[in-house]
Amino acid sequence: MKIVVCIKQVPDTEAEVKWDLPKGTLKREGMDSITNPFDEFALEEALLTKEKYDAEIVALTMGPDKAVDVLRNALALGVDQVCHVNDAAIAGSDTLATSYILGKAIEKIGGVDLVLCGKQATDGNTGSVSGELATRLGFSQLTFVGKIEEVDAANKKIKVQRGIEGGIETVEGQLPAVVSVLKGINEPRLPNLMGIRKAAKVQIPAWDCDAIGAAKDKVGAEGSHGKVVELTTPPPRSAGEMLKGEIDEMASTLVDKLLDLKVIK
Amino acid sequence: MADEYKDVWVYIEHKDGVTTPMSYELLGAGKTLADALGSKVCAFVIGENTDEIAKTAGHYGASTVYAIDGASFKTFRPAAFAKAAATLVNKFKPDILLCRSTTQGQDLSSALAGQLEVGLGSDAINLQIDDASKAVKLTRAAFGGNFLATYMNTKSKPQMATVRPKVFPMPQLDTSKNAEVVKESFSIAEDDIRTKILQFAQSETSVNLVEADIIVSGGRGVGGSEGFSVVKALADALGGAMGASRAAVDSGWIPYEHQVGQTGKTVKPKIYIACGISGAIQHLAGMRTSDCIVAINKDAEAPIFKIASFGVVGDYKQVVPKLIEIFKQKAGK
Repeated sequence: MKIVVCIKQVPDTEAEVKWDLPKGTLKREGMDSITNPFDEFALEEALLTKEKYDAEIVALTMGPDKAVDVLRNALALGVDQVCHVNDAAIAGSDTLATSYILGKAIEKIGGVDLVLCGKQATDGNTGSVSGELATRLGFSQLTFVGKIEEVDAANKKIKVQRGIEGGIETVEGQLPAVVSVLKGINEPRLPNLMGIRKAAKVQIPAWDCDAIGAAKDKVGAEGSHGKVVELTTPPPRSAGEMLKGEIDEMASTLVDKLLDLKVIK
Repeated sequence: MADEYKDVWVYIEHKDGVTTPMSYELLGAGKTLADALGSKVCAFVIGENTDEIAKTAGHYGASTVYAIDGASFKTFRPAAFAKAAATLVNKFKPDILLCRSTTQGQDLSSALAGQLEVGLGSDAINLQIDDASKAVKLTRAAFGGNFLATYMNTKSKPQMATVRPKVFPMPQLDTSKNAEVVKESFSIAEDDIRTKILQFAQSETSVNLVEADIIVSGGRGVGGSEGFSVVKALADALGGAMGASRAAVDSGWIPYEHQVGQTGKTVKPKIYIACGISGAIQHLAGMRTSDCIVAINKDAEAPIFKIASFGVVGDYKQVVPKLIEIFKQKAGK
């Protein structure tokens, strides 16, 4: 079985993100980048699936030179192979262009049974790429997965539990499939020192658009339909009222204030 | 762009044929956009038997309802529904197409956008028509909620977007209003759908944070899973849902489905009560747009107080039971 895990590099969620607002670009100096936290669960799920069924794992990312960091981390954790799509032309890709590029790369990797993605990235927050990717590839679309029950590569079947509004849906899908996983599906492991040392030595080649057979007019800002035309900070929220007095008094005041809102039925 | 594309379409989601009033909520936002463009708000629905849903969509203001019926469409499955929706879109060419950003709305819109090869704006918290281009300007949160991005698609149609639930007012229900219903036929082979629903298990502790009006959350300060029984008691007393910070979820005190924040859910309840939550950026990103924020924390310096509408400096273990007691007295419960 061949598994592709899609990984994105995002700004550290613990750090304050700084924007150059007039330019609409990220101030990257001094800002740490990390593997998208949701993708860590996809990566771990790939490793667990490999331990259970025997599989080959390919980690895939797209982005500038620095994006190799997330692939090195994946290598340290034990993936078998990594692919980095790196081409100046892909900068500014929206979800449509991103799903096109990832789809082309996955076709180039070839013979893929299962594509694992995180539920969404913590920077763009769209959560749309996995569905668009499944549709483009003609793979089964299995999103919001909280448990992979079974993967039967021989019979081209996968059984998963999806966390949807109000409950859990158990779905059987045909392979190949794109599966997006929820946080909590597993507990991602940390790389060990030996893994990190080994990963540091691996040469990671980059694929450009030609290498994956992607048309230049379908990638990057040019190939994107959506465009962010403005970026602002939300209106500041100022501190309200600090309640005073003993606990009884504060609690009583607070209950009155909340009842006044006429929200509690 | 050819102006053969017209009208605002709203997807009516259902679960095995059953809708809730929320299924129709986007007819409100859709109407506002349609009015600004001088066009109509329409609904589209795909299911096994859509007659009742189509009728109700009319009562909620849809002027035309486009429907596809078939046994394959009993339960939502992305490939089946997206292919059916694509047939409708290709034939009737809507200008704007909106889905709710629920799991079903996200699944359908991403599959449909991939199929039609058009852009997709996600999780809108504001929608407006740009005067000059007559295109939709969509505002959404990026980086959790630390930034607001305004998105436009002037390259392709329909302009597709998912919309965050409960941000726009519900349309009025008026049973004297009826829609014209246009039924299209479309069928798809089971093999092309690729997925089969085996079972649906309703969750006992069904958490629907995104749709809750009142949320009571606990953080690191509640100290352990026992602490969440205190948090839950307040949520239950107020008729609200229970949330949690990442610190509490990562400590294993409460399942992930309760997590609010950048790596959890983004919520906008009318009342958000934070117990023992210090207010890390990660958490604030997910709840800062709540109407009223109450912070209860021992540490008077906790950053959460900087955005709280009401702050109580004190131990939640003492404050929360007191709140429940006084609330029950005052509300006569």
